[in-house]
Amino acid sequence: MSTQNKVATAAVEAARATVDLTYRDAINAALIDEMDADPAVLLMGEDVASDGGVFKTNTGLVERFGPERVINTPICENGFTGVALGMSLMGLRPVVEFMFADFMPTAADAIVNQLPKYRYMSGGKTSVPVTLRVVSGATGRFGTQHSATGESWFMAQPGLQVVTASTPGSAYSLLRAAIRENNPVIFHEHKGLYGRKGPVARGEIAEVGRAAVLREGDDLTIIATMLMLDRAVEAANTLASTGIHAEVIDLRWIRPLDLDTIRKSVRKTGRLLVFEEQVHNGGWGATIISRLAAEGTPWRAAPRAVSLPDHLLIPYSPQLEDQIIPSSSACVEAARELCGRT
Amino acid sequence: MNQSKAEQADPRLAWYRRMVEIRLFEEKVQELFMDGLIQGTTHLCQGQEAVSVGAVAAMRADDVLTNTYRGHGHALARGMTPETAFAEMMGRSTGGSRGVGGSMHLVDFNMGNIGSNAIVGAGLPIAVGAAMAFKFKGQDRVALSFFGDGATNIGTFHESLNMAAVWSAPVVFIIENNLYGEYTPLRATAPIDDLARRADPFGIPGIVVDGQDVEVVRDAVATAVGRARSGAGPSLLEMKTYRYRGHSRSDPAKYRPEGELDRWKKRDPIGILGARLAGDRVLSVEAQEEMTADVQREIDASAKRAAEAPIPDLEETASYVYAE
Repeated sequence: MSTQNKVATAAVEAARATVDLTYRDAINAALIDEMDADPAVLLMGEDVASDGGVFKTNTGLVERFGPERVINTPICENGFTGVALGMSLMGLRPVVEFMFADFMPTAADAIVNQLPKYRYMSGGKTSVPVTLRVVSGATGRFGTQHSATGESWFMAQPGLQVVTASTPGSAYSLLRAAIRENNPVIFHEHKGLYGRKGPVARGEIAEVGRAAVLREGDDLTIIATMLMLDRAVEAANTLASTGIHAEVIDLRWIRPLDLDTIRKSVRKTGRLLVFEEQVHNGGWGATIISRLAAEGTPWRAAPRAVSLPDHLLIPYSPQLEDQIIPSSSACVEAARELCGRT
Repeated sequence: MNQSKAEQADPRLAWYRRMVEIRLFEEKVQELFMDGLIQGTTHLCQGQEAVSVGAVAAMRADDVLTNTYRGHGHALARGMTPETAFAEMMGRSTGGSRGVGGSMHLVDFNMGNIGSNAIVGAGLPIAVGAAMAFKFKGQDRVALSFFGDGATNIGTFHESLNMAAVWSAPVVFIIENNLYGEYTPLRATAPIDDLARRADPFGIPGIVVDGQDVEVVRDAVATAVGRARSGAGPSLLEMKTYRYRGHSRSDPAKYRPEGELDRWKKRDPIGILGARLAGDRVLSVEAQEEMTADVQREIDASAKRAAEAPIPDLEETASYVYAE
């Protein structure tokens, strides 16, 4: 190996080093690494180039890559998502930031009729490498129009992929995977997790469509995303101290669903708890239960869901918001019931 | 087809032939519909041929366009063969989108037809995005977007003009104002007659153009394309035109006032150019008739060949949903 190659390899190894980063900085690092790796990648959205963006995920990007690649858009989600689509057809790989997931419905035409159908309508003769980075979730005291996760809103749409980031490490590796996909991906990041610190394997690119088993256990399977995963892990620790061993799955991809990983776990535990920051109807939790039931899964107990109430909306009042978002103790309680240990 | 010397020297001959091709293509579509070879819906553009042909004549080969479900004219003007277009509309594997698109989606990326959209207004931001990509890459290419008068009432129209103006995107917006948004006359849904005025709030040129005269269309689009290519930004052109048929397959257009269609037919785009070519002794009336008969034979043969093409395999279409 030449000296030059040795230096290059060392640089790659260094780049792969695991570092502790906040979830926010992990997203920042993924954007930097993808924009460094491919000059066709750009970031666009409302205020993305202004002071690091509203949630400071974009700190330093406009200084590093310039305003041509970090583009502040007017406030017009349907319009600028269509622009991103047009850019992708001409060889660019835009990452579009949605300041709040709640703004996605204003771009519903672009998200439902354009991004996922464009390749199809061409008879497979083009592709649409567009990533929508969507700031999701409650606990911010933002009230009912700025707090949705929206993670299951578009899961039924062929042509789309939907992914959620739950830890700094997965935020980094999943965002890199999303940007590298040659298909439209909705990437959900949770605003309640930005400050969380954790290990990030710089250079890692996650596998598309693969869930992660975060903790192994034989008594029940808990599936969660984003903030709920954080709380599920906390719940699993509490449960372990009382002798209940939960297997915790970070679902990651809502479309495509990794039924293989889920099936394998549930066949082992026989008990399933879906733990969701969304109403249960029409979401990934209900879909997983339905799919497993339809294939004749041998349950040891009927599956359970801990979700947002179906008859309420997310309130502003801090005390009420704290009540409505499923807590780790609600997860513990449901898990104990599921295991017949009330 | 052998091009005569005269045809090479005078581009109007090719424009004339192309307008005749679009007209006869659309009429053939109606016939194939009656035969059940084309199903669903179609949105025909008889009467609007000068807009497609004139605008495309002002484009460079590497420029791109987005258009709408009333898009057969643009596709043919840009060089899609009638056979490919018929095959698509018959749902055959030899269609431009291998039969999954249909009448509303005549696309061809090789020809820069980057999307014919069935959602009103959705093609505009896509054209702005293509234009921004050209700008980003330092290419002097231009994107055109064709849409109807009805689209000027939807949000993406305003969003797109705004973004294009703010970013000086090399894009030309072309309204084909055929006076009706689906079944409803324009004045019932817009408070002004000249939709070109909708450029004013964005500080870009808004120009009313006689959409029945292919030469006037060509010149107006060439000016706007030149402006965009030079970096001076977008323009909005309003083509005053008329569709002879109803909005779509199921619309007999009974809402039109008596005599309106006849008045517009006196300004038929093929008639206007034909009279000029005859007057200039470039193409006699007899030669025009001969050319029309020749195009008709080609159209008939194309439809026949298209109908012989295979039906695509459903499972094969899965690979059109997701890219590798």
